Amino acid sequence: MDLLQLLHNLIFDYTLRTVAAGSAVLGVVSGVLGVYAMLRRQSLLGDAISHAALPGVVLAFLLTRSKAPLVLLIGAGLAGWLATAAMTSIIRSTRIKQDSALGLVLSVFFGVGILLLTFAQRLPDARQAGLDTYLFGQAATLVERDVFSIAGLGAAALLVIVLFWKEFKLISFDREFAASMGLAVNLLDAILTTLMVIAIALGLQAVGVVLMSAMLIAPAAAARQWTDRLAWVVLLAASFGALAGVGGALISSAGQGLSTGPTIVLVASLLVLISLLFAPARGLLPAWLRQFRHRRALALQPPANGEEP
Amino acid sequence: MSQSQIEIQLIAALTAAACALPGVFLVLRRMAMLSDAISHTVLLGIVIGFFLVGDLHSPVLVLGAAAVGVLTVSLTALLERTRLVKEDAAIGLVFPALFSIAVILISSYAGNVHLDTDAVLLGEIAFAPFDRFTPFGADLGARGLWVMGGILLINLTFIGLFYKELKLSTFDAGLAVALGLSPVLLHYGLMALVSITVVGAFNVTGSVLVVALVVAPAATAYLLTDRLAVMLLLSVLVGILGAVSGYWLAFLLDASIAGSIAAMLGVWFGLAFLFAPYRGLVAGFQRRVRQKREFAVMLLAGHLLNHENSPQAGVENHLEHLGDHLRWNADWARRVVRQAQQAGLITLEGQNLRLTPAGRRQAQKTLQF
Repeated sequence: MDLLQLLHNLIFDYTLRTVAAGSAVLGVVSGVLGVYAMLRRQSLLGDAISHAALPGVVLAFLLTRSKAPLVLLIGAGLAGWLATAAMTSIIRSTRIKQDSALGLVLSVFFGVGILLLTFAQRLPDARQAGLDTYLFGQAATLVERDVFSIAGLGAAALLVIVLFWKEFKLISFDREFAASMGLAVNLLDAILTTLMVIAIALGLQAVGVVLMSAMLIAPAAAARQWTDRLAWVVLLAASFGALAGVGGALISSAGQGLSTGPTIVLVASLLVLISLLFAPARGLLPAWLRQFRHRRALALQPPANGEEP
Repeated sequence: MSQSQIEIQLIAALTAAACALPGVFLVLRRMAMLSDAISHTVLLGIVIGFFLVGDLHSPVLVLGAAAVGVLTVSLTALLERTRLVKEDAAIGLVFPALFSIAVILISSYAGNVHLDTDAVLLGEIAFAPFDRFTPFGADLGARGLWVMGGILLINLTFIGLFYKELKLSTFDAGLAVALGLSPVLLHYGLMALVSITVVGAFNVTGSVLVVALVVAPAATAYLLTDRLAVMLLLSVLVGILGAVSGYWLAFLLDASIAGSIAAMLGVWFGLAFLFAPYRGLVAGFQRRVRQKREFAVMLLAGHLLNHENSPQAGVENHLEHLGDHLRWNADWARRVVRQAQQAGLITLEGQNLRLTPAGRRQAQKTLQF
């Protein structure tokens, strides 16, 4: 399939257009929120929240018998939020460190989710098809209405980021200073975490529990290499996220057996690799080149007193 | 209990014990999330191994998985060493990428083989007893028993042989280097161990719940003891407890065994979190209450000593006055006075408070600091 054909499909093929649009919106939202997660050293929190959302999704389904994305999303959000609260209280009140708290909450919540899933599977009316997609993600099941709800919620999340731009910037870089300025640091923390939970809940349907964390981390990590200014990092991360979404959707539509979620993640990982290697100021190759040039410049310099070295 | 029920519980208990041992070191070294990463990426090793030999039960798969586990850790370390990303981001970049490759390989080339992501992620121990170990036609029990027993033995041997070294490099890596040990080598040894254990546990619990078996028992034991040897023992016990209780929960609810085991491990951790003797939430609360009261008693004794034999003693050392002077409300003041009376530090004469000789000595000692 050539490029023109792909482009043609992107515009006129309903499924591909929907999937690409959904993935792109998702990439933008998770890219932006991932920047804050990365700066606050909470990259793996996304992994934990996305696993922990499973019991919420299943419980929401069991209680309402509805597979409407919005219902499941609320369940996912509540469970993710509860998991974050559990982790925070474990870290604050015991000597257990962040990594263990994350692993513990992630796996126990997920286990409870699997437990509940066995009940959901037993329901006669409900072949768990819709729930399965939350495990591994199935972007192909996205319909136009989903894209609109993803876009609406995502836009709301981004709006909050813009409104609290100054405050979020401050608590990400210098929490103590923010607190001393009289900002409600804990409240802002909670808002940021809530936004992250929303982004994750949105992404679960498209890329699934396991790969959602990459959607948060990869665009942010790639964007960070190109610039030191937060505004540019955020914009770049949003673009990388969108690029990975569209690129992944296109490639997976072209190849046999390429599931969309993993393909999106691989495209995002490729962006990270390129950024790590070639970003002008921080990249590895430019740094290596600079070092090489410096070394040559120094080697060619004759010693000051004119003697042979 | 039928024979297969006993076998399932035995396999689950062996798996839990085998996972708990390296888990202790991961938790202490703050690398618990590496177990999450490894538990996902070993899938790639299994897939590649499967493509090489075409048999899901070949030992080559275990080797491949262990190699990919070590590769995961090395890649993470490599990324981190560039200083372009932080440790947590490095972990979060490496494992989804490797996992994605594995998923794509499975869906494009192994579609009709019994190697689906479902089974790998969720596992199904309920079928374990049907997979028999039958060398030369003799039925020697479930294959899972032998596999997990072997892995437990490997873990025990490694930790037994390198106990001193592991302990030292865990708690004081600098000293370990200074003494000529190689923490890096131990680190990768440990990671190979984790990888092998995770691969073995796959069939039983699936990849995500392995993390529960690795992290939860160790975290629970960490709240109960300060000694490494005791922690190792306790975490094995907690793991087995979680496995067996999880099995029965699943039996009662007729639900997923792996999910129940993880849920029960969460319950046991929650109990330790609340009721652990010294570090639990309740113990901490009680300690604060007790300390608050002890401090108030000492404050009262000091106050009485200060005004003893002075002209204002009648006013100052009066039950009613404590509210003004120490800002205690009447109820709290009465409780503190009763406590001090019981301890034999003061006596109450009408509304006047007097120090006993013992109370005077105590107050003088306190005020000396």
